[in-house]
Amino acid sequence: MIVAERKPMEAVASLVAPYERILVVGCGECVTVCMAGGEKEVEVMASALRLMRGKEGRPVTVETETVQRQCEPEYLVPLDKKAEAAEVILSMGCGVGVQFLAERFAQRWVVPALDTKFAGGVREAGVWEERCGLCGDCVLHLTGGICPVIRCSKSLLNGPCGGSHGGNCEIKRETRCAWQLIYDRLKGLGRLELLTPVLPPKDWSTARDGGPRQVVREDARL
Amino acid sequence: MAEGFEPKIVAFSCYYCAYAAADVAGSMRLEYPAAVRVVELPCSGKIDPVLLLRAFEEGADGVYVAGCLEGDCHFQRGNLRAKKRVARVKALLDEIGLGGDRLEMFNLSGSMGPRFAEIAREMTERVRRLGPSPIRERLSARGEAAGTNPGREGDLP
Ligand code: SF4
Ligand code: SF4
Repeated sequence: MIVAERKPMEAVASLVAPYERILVVGCGECVTVCMAGGEKEVEVMASALRLMRGKEGRPVTVETETVQRQCEPEYLVPLDKKAEAAEVILSMGCGVGVQFLAERFAQRWVVPALDTKFAGGVREAGVWEERCGLCGDCVLHLTGGICPVIRCSKSLLNGPCGGSHGGNCEIKRETRCAWQLIYDRLKGLGRLELLTPVLPPKDWSTARDGGPRQVVREDARL
Repeated sequence: MAEGFEPKIVAFSCYYCAYAAADVAGSMRLEYPAAVRVVELPCSGKIDPVLLLRAFEEGADGVYVAGCLEGDCHFQRGNLRAKKRVARVKALLDEIGLGGDRLEMFNLSGSMGPRFAEIAREMTERVRRLGPSPIRERLSARGEAAGTNPGREGDLP
């Protein structure tokens, strides 16, 4: 999932400060699961904004709506009326959601309530951790299902650096060294031979530089 | 308004302890401040951040959640969940400038009638010191009764 976190309230409040009619839009997917921008967080945000503005003596009208997915235009259609009535739309989706809202509502100012952090998962209840750097050319079959791109602090592709200490990373002492994890797992599975060939430098042309990437499925197009 | 200020306090109370303790306090003829309005919950773990905030929106000067003693929750960990949620909302209240001190979590058992009355006094005293909530002041400056905040739309999730 995409993991996000609410911006400090002061920052959010300043984004909507000039406006009196705010529409807060949540998203029912990733940000619901990571407890940043689902229905509950939307209501908390709306309430917090009303309290902040009430305290300043500048009352504000806050409408709320949580759509199934902000990152797909058809789910934004039901927002048309509320968006029309609002002066500003505060998206509690990830950065993708914010952009899809801005595209659909060209005449409305759209601002983000969240900081979008990473592609990751639930490590334990209440803890989310990054797992994939979206490099566009996955090498997990070579590394025992442990991503060296994102889990090694230096994104090394050929074994640990000299700073691996007792299984922990020198950059973040509390984090396990990805290459220790890779080694241990391959050893346990009897697949250490995978580490013998030296991997060539990674081809980053499949990754994020060079403009937005696209995936096109002809069979799915209308 | 701070002159002769009579606080309004909402006490979200667990059915198995605080709510029962309020009954005990009643049958013992113990007095506690009229400032406290008790709202029954099936468990303190039912409390939701948005409920706490809505109470402030409707003009409460202080809010507290009263659950069972730690280790004694009827639903095992409901009171521990409540404690964490209260802590998070306290931080949010600090962030938005209303002040986390206006919100608190208490623990007691169903037989602790005197403690129920004591908590009500403790919280009332604290809120008296903090003064009226700026929201309530605004509501009454606009000539509106608490509970009619017009900016709020929609139902609770
Ligand atoms: S190798 Fe690339 S695609 Fe695979 S998990 Fe790592 S960053 Fe993601
Ligand atoms: S210690 Fe391990 S995880 Fe950290 S940078 Fe070096 S190889 Fe990567």
